[in-house]
Amino acid sequence: MSQARRAIVRDALGIGIASGAYAVSFGAISTAAGLSVLQTSALSVLMFTGASQFALVGVVGAGGSVWAGAATAALLGSRNALYGVRLSSILDRSGLKRFLAAHFVIDETTAMAIAREAPDSSRFAFWVTGAALFTLWNLGTLVGAIATHLVPDPKVLGLDAAPPAAFLALLAPRLRARESMAIALAAGVVALACLPFVPAGIPLLIVAILVGLYGVFRLPAPRGGRRAAPGGESH
Amino acid sequence: MLWAGLLTASAACYLLKLAGLSLPARLLQDVRVQRTVPLVPVALLAALVATQTFSTGHHLVLDVRAASLGVAAIAVVLRAPFLVVVASAAATAALLRLL
Repeated sequence: MSQARRAIVRDALGIGIASGAYAVSFGAISTAAGLSVLQTSALSVLMFTGASQFALVGVVGAGGSVWAGAATAALLGSRNALYGVRLSSILDRSGLKRFLAAHFVIDETTAMAIAREAPDSSRFAFWVTGAALFTLWNLGTLVGAIATHLVPDPKVLGLDAAPPAAFLALLAPRLRARESMAIALAAGVVALACLPFVPAGIPLLIVAILVGLYGVFRLPAPRGGRRAAPGGESH
Repeated sequence: MLWAGLLTASAACYLLKLAGLSLPARLLQDVRVQRTVPLVPVALLAALVATQTFSTGHHLVLDVRAASLGVAAIAVVLRAPFLVVVASAAATAALLRLL
């Protein structure tokens, strides 16, 4: 294996290990929110996008309906569609491979793939990072879920108070610009303001609609071809 | 019911990923799409932080979760790893409840 490829494998393993630790907290929070070990693991295998998974179990754990949680998870997953656009020029779009590749289209794999100059290095980085992440993410989830399942009352460990910390840790890397700071503050205030008057989970959808309208109507004219950057979930 | 929601959400997330790889690029390269979509997680994650810290059901409340969030914020500013941020918030709540 060439030196460049070895470096990619090393980076991918580093990201995988960091995500594995992050998945332990997902497994713990999900189980504490009332999902079974099987449901928790199914989310990590089938959904495989961290912020959406945390949102679904967070909403359910806070007493919201699973459908409100599902809608929030899907809205948070919308950014992966933009990553797919950036990756579609790098990855082979034909054949069955695309359907497997799609499952791996997340923050970390996109960041690793687009950081390479040569297309074959990009492809290699995408697949290696995807494989490392998928393995360690699911392993970490299982460890966190089983460990929490063995604790009689997860509330004693304070796990019911942990989801906001997880959301904050996911939010922080996306707050680099002043505009995102303002949007985050406004979103928090709006969500709390409508919470007493609407069913659980609906404040999140109201916020999503408002930010959509803001994005479409209020943003100034674009200057050049700025594109969405991967947020970088945990590393 | 939980399974149905969980599987539907997983399918939706997968289809979004697949859409990015499959749809004609120009559809998603529209400048409004490109600039709006990255704002959605910012708004939703902030709304999740606010509602899950400061409410129970339909009531606004101030309890140990606010202190947990404060500790988590310090951990985030200190660039602590994700697991440390979450664990410090949980530990704060657990300790305050013991008092």
